[in-house]
Amino acid sequence: MNIKALLRASFAAVANLSVLVVPVTAGAAAWEPTKPVEFVIPAGTGGGADQMARLIQGIVAKHNLMKQSLVPVNKSGGAGAEGFLAAKEAKGDPHKIIITLSNLFTTPLATGVPFNWRDMTPVSMLALDQFVLWVNAEAPYKTAKEYIEAVKKAGPNKMKMGGTGSRQEDQIITVSLEKATGIKFIYLPFKGGGDVAVQLVGKHIDSTVNNPIEAVAQWRAGALRPLCVFDDTRMPYKTKVTDKQSWNDIPTCGEAGVPTDYVMLRGIFMPGGVTAEQVAFYVDLMKKVRETPDWKKFMEDGAFNQTFMSGKEFAAWIEKNEALHRDLMKEAGFLAKP
Amino acid sequence: MEEINALLHGFSVALTPVNLGLMFVGVTLGIIIGVLPGLGGANGIAILLPLTFTMQPTSAIIMLSCIYWGALFGGAITSVLFNIPGEPWSVATTFDGYPMAQQGRAGEALTAAFTSSFVGALVAVVMITFLAPLVAKFALKFGPPEFFSVYFLTFCSFIGMGKGQAFKTLAAMMLGFALAAVGMDTVTGQLRLNFGWHELLRGFDFLVAVIGLFGIGEILLSMEEGLSFSGNNAKINFKVVVETWRKLPRYWMTSIRSCVIGCWMGITPGGATPASFMSYGVAKRLSPQGSKFGTGQLEGVIAPETAAHAAGTSALLPMLALGIPGSPTAAVLLGGLLIWGLQPGPLLFIEKKDFVWGLIASMYLGNLAGLIIVLTCVPLFAAILRIPFSIIAPIIVVICAIGAFTVHNAMLDIWFMMMFGVMGYVFKKLDYPMAPMVLALVLGDRAEDSFRQSMLISQGSMDVFFSNGLVGTIMGLSLMLLFWPLISKLMALCGRRG
Repeated sequence: MNIKALLRASFAAVANLSVLVVPVTAGAAAWEPTKPVEFVIPAGTGGGADQMARLIQGIVAKHNLMKQSLVPVNKSGGAGAEGFLAAKEAKGDPHKIIITLSNLFTTPLATGVPFNWRDMTPVSMLALDQFVLWVNAEAPYKTAKEYIEAVKKAGPNKMKMGGTGSRQEDQIITVSLEKATGIKFIYLPFKGGGDVAVQLVGKHIDSTVNNPIEAVAQWRAGALRPLCVFDDTRMPYKTKVTDKQSWNDIPTCGEAGVPTDYVMLRGIFMPGGVTAEQVAFYVDLMKKVRETPDWKKFMEDGAFNQTFMSGKEFAAWIEKNEALHRDLMKEAGFLAKP
Repeated sequence: MEEINALLHGFSVALTPVNLGLMFVGVTLGIIIGVLPGLGGANGIAILLPLTFTMQPTSAIIMLSCIYWGALFGGAITSVLFNIPGEPWSVATTFDGYPMAQQGRAGEALTAAFTSSFVGALVAVVMITFLAPLVAKFALKFGPPEFFSVYFLTFCSFIGMGKGQAFKTLAAMMLGFALAAVGMDTVTGQLRLNFGWHELLRGFDFLVAVIGLFGIGEILLSMEEGLSFSGNNAKINFKVVVETWRKLPRYWMTSIRSCVIGCWMGITPGGATPASFMSYGVAKRLSPQGSKFGTGQLEGVIAPETAAHAAGTSALLPMLALGIPGSPTAAVLLGGLLIWGLQPGPLLFIEKKDFVWGLIASMYLGNLAGLIIVLTCVPLFAAILRIPFSIIAPIIVVICAIGAFTVHNAMLDIWFMMMFGVMGYVFKKLDYPMAPMVLALVLGDRAEDSFRQSMLISQGSMDVFFSNGLVGTIMGLSLMLLFWPLISKLMALCGRRG
């Protein structure tokens, strides 16, 4: 090893050390935003991420959690790539945060847009969104097993699965389901989760993997039937949603004999190159948001999995999930050509 | 009877001083949002949504829906005065509204636009009041093939619109389709036609194109014509309102037709933009003055405005009754319902009677408030045309630039706007029609999506477009419209022989 490389390595070590030391020395004089904070939403208006971001903005304003205001901006182009690229370019800007969903992983993998979550600083996980297998309430299938049997019987490319977007979470789940059970759907991509639910009510498709919040209204009205939730444990909410059932009554897909699980990240990131105390401010802010009754009600309505993580634990989770998405998408043939 | 009781109860909810105040605030804000191109109703409501977080849900939705009504009214103002559509659904209003303004009939065009907007809204609200559950079910019948047939009908009702050669119409439409294809492809999840340039991944926004083609293009033309600004002899007298009202009943047939088209497109969710285009196309086809459309016909303003407002209003019905948004603005309002802790969907009518009927009552009141506000301002708007061109032109350019920027907060869009402006100028000079291109740009990717979804369903067979009565009828009707010039010639030929 030559001297130059050695020097560089030791400088890097010192630099790393100083990053670790800063929060300790800075301590009490915590950082605070000095101007309005831009809240990037890498999805269109009216969708799940948009609703959550605007709810956070509302909560922050209502409960006075921050001196400066939070300004949501939709950058939905290219399945969210526009928003992520904006965050990547804003390196070192502490007045910008971004809400993410699974397109954090799927968009760069599927489209080849040069961007990776490592270009940003993970702040915290807000919740995990569940996916449920839905069929029309008038369909004869009462359990996931019955439905899968029916799809098997109908033969490949006969039954239609609707979902949001292409090569994104809904299609990934569909493909994992196909792999696990040896069936083949026609996958129909639509623009938004609401559209998908309505297409199922109108019987134009046979099943969906909507998030709870996208389909709950139709479930309560008796138009849709949930078969199983794609998670390893049941949803915890025991309040009755319909006359007879609560979210907790829906079996997991594993229980129902369809071994597939998938949850979607709803989390907050900052651009890269920000200081630890700037990150700490937003971690703290999100903690406060989660403690409000408004947030708790929203979580229950949408049957979210309320796991909270930040810091190293969160980064490790993301890393694991990135690998998972890469595997799933590779198997499905969804990776962009290099 | 039950509905009338419920509605009266709704009025008692909506008619509090606070709600009335919010209504006027909402409508005024909406008109401003509607006038500014680029800042659409959906964006405006999204920006104000968190402010309503602490309000009563009923008051909040009254204010936000009034912004929506205001935006529907406001979109027409700049279309008529400057040939710049403030909102996508007022593009078709420019076709006859702007020529009217150039002839000094701006007041007349505006009055007609506002009044027919009101009529369209009123018909749609009455329908919501009495037929909500029935009509909502109809929306469920629309799957991908049905959607495609509706878009196809819109395109077909527009063919032959241009006075020039059919080839030019076709060329313009194809260019529109090509521009619409840039960006994300929903069906494969891949980026296309962006040539590796990441700024292009959001595609060409329809609004940016329209602001450039119409607004900037028009200014370039006026510059060539020696900075003259026709229309400055506009009457700025309030009498014009009454005079126009006297003329309007003559066009009752157009109004009824436009209301039907509008309500239908709003519910299915086709939305206000295709509704206004389709209504204009159909009116041109069926009106005795059809050949004069585009030269400043009152009917050419009535048709798109009535349909746009009827569609915009009835788009709220599927949102309330089914939880599906019929338009982008309705999608944002839907998000609002969730934030206020309400569950949109079929049970809303049963569980939250106060809210639903309060909202429906506010639709009547909000539209009335909107009409009063805009009509009293007609002379004021018309007076804008008296300002010398040298002062107004730079202001228009700045407003256009702000509008184009607001659509995506992107500087690049301003350059695109300029590019489209030059394109608009060239189109005018070479006598290429802009309407088909705009139509293809706004509906192109939606039509493509539904076509490809249909092909996935049928695994490649075209039979899917005639697989049931509904889709078959719409397709049949479209094909008839498409070949109408041929059919009518044949019929004339047969008639002469016989």
